[in-house]
Amino acid sequence: MRRVAVIGIGDTEFGELWDSSFREIGIQAGLIAVADANISADKIDALFVGNMSAGRFIEQEHIGALIADYSGLARDHIPATRVEAAGASGGLALRQGFQAVASGLHDIVVVGGAEKMTDVSDTESSMIQSSAADQEWETVLGATFPALHALIARRHMHQFGTTREQLADVAVKNHKNGSLNPKAQFQREITRETVLSSPVVSSPLRVFDCAPSSDGAAAVVLCPLDQAKKYTDMPIEIAGSGQASDTLSLHDRKDICTMEATRVAAKRAFDMAGISHKDIDVAEVHDNFTISEILAIEDLGFFNKGEGGKATEAGLTALEGQVAVNTSGGLKARGDPIGATGLAQAVEIVTQLRGTAGKRQVKDATIGLAHNVGGTGATVVVHVLRRV
Amino acid sequence: MATAPRFWRENPSRYNLVGVECHNCGRHFFPPRSICPVCHRKSVGKMEKVKLKGEGKIFSLTEVQESPEEISMQKPYVLAMVELVEGARVSGQVIDCDACDLEIGTPVRVTLRKLSEEGPSGIIHYGYKFVPLKEKAP
Repeated sequence: MRRVAVIGIGDTEFGELWDSSFREIGIQAGLIAVADANISADKIDALFVGNMSAGRFIEQEHIGALIADYSGLARDHIPATRVEAAGASGGLALRQGFQAVASGLHDIVVVGGAEKMTDVSDTESSMIQSSAADQEWETVLGATFPALHALIARRHMHQFGTTREQLADVAVKNHKNGSLNPKAQFQREITRETVLSSPVVSSPLRVFDCAPSSDGAAAVVLCPLDQAKKYTDMPIEIAGSGQASDTLSLHDRKDICTMEATRVAAKRAFDMAGISHKDIDVAEVHDNFTISEILAIEDLGFFNKGEGGKATEAGLTALEGQVAVNTSGGLKARGDPIGATGLAQAVEIVTQLRGTAGKRQVKDATIGLAHNVGGTGATVVVHVLRRV
Repeated sequence: MATAPRFWRENPSRYNLVGVECHNCGRHFFPPRSICPVCHRKSVGKMEKVKLKGEGKIFSLTEVQESPEEISMQKPYVLAMVELVEGARVSGQVIDCDACDLEIGTPVRVTLRKLSEEGPSGIIHYGYKFVPLKEKAP
């Protein structure tokens, strides 16, 4: 297997981008990444696009060819593949690109992720997001996507004494980080009070416990590590890639307070990279709900099971904490255009490892992690990135 | 809007809580599946349909304030994950009770109710919900 490097990154602003179409944002991110890598179009061997549900959000399938076409690559006839695993679509697309380069099949691969969520109503958007859960045995019975995460939160509070305030602290931290990210959807700091006084969506979760609907795209350019210096002075290696699956329905999990797929995917990525969780300086984790970040920081090994809430409250996941978590603002504040999220995480980690994250820079960040979840944990993809 | 067969074919499980028992290991699953995740191929042909008792305890719960349009008349409603006596867990609403009286561990039993309807002239979908097994002592 060849070692793989990220040589270019690009992302759009995240938010309600009413004046931009799906294809426009997709191409915008790709163009920035290709310019960053300083490569010409004829160098691109293949394209992977992470996207959850363009078919329902904009009634457009066949996204791979669409993005390749409007990227001006139709006459090059490159392989263009759409990758879907609900919320983990972006991370999984990155893994597909990684595999293609690592295997020797392709040299230069562009991996993008995009979602256009605001062309449908909020109600419609919620229903589409719920399709990541089991439609026949969860959704139809009234289990919305927030409700499923509320079940996890309630159980976590019951079993470990996690408090409502600790959940709020996740949102407060991520909004603070978002306020330092000029591309974040929400760039205003909030307080515990903001969270605790926002309307209940599904108890105990409130509006400010939930990531928003967003439009946005992000992209990276990959190549073999031994060729990377041709394109950039600062290649970032994808040192480990892990993927795992679990039951589609939350109620079928052995333990709903543990995302087993996170543990397994992380172990696979750590083993490949030859590191442990202790080596991670900065992590982007899948905080589609505040409780999700608490599970993630436990299941990735940063904190013992049940102690994620306390660790957050103590500031251990803040920018200057033991491990900086969601420096971009996370899904909560940066925004969550579903298919783009996994790529946006990679873009943030590369930015941190290059040392170009500005006000939200983690000091001496050398190893970072991206953790992307589909559904309530039926797919998890973890990548470890490293300065070389 | 889905066609009738999509719902009709699931009626045995939705109306009567029909699951399966793996006759290789004795575990119960709901809804029916044809391969046991523990026994794998040894279970093929040995997954027998069985009507579950419909009794269990609340494993976790939430009061849903924002719901899909088809069931917006029911909100707020309590959604619970119920651990059945056979060991399988299911998701469903808990009704005919005050949300405040419910907690993790509250015993419940299954009941048949309307789940949703597809507009004024569309199909009405029925299925399982849960009620608390007995009134809490005052």
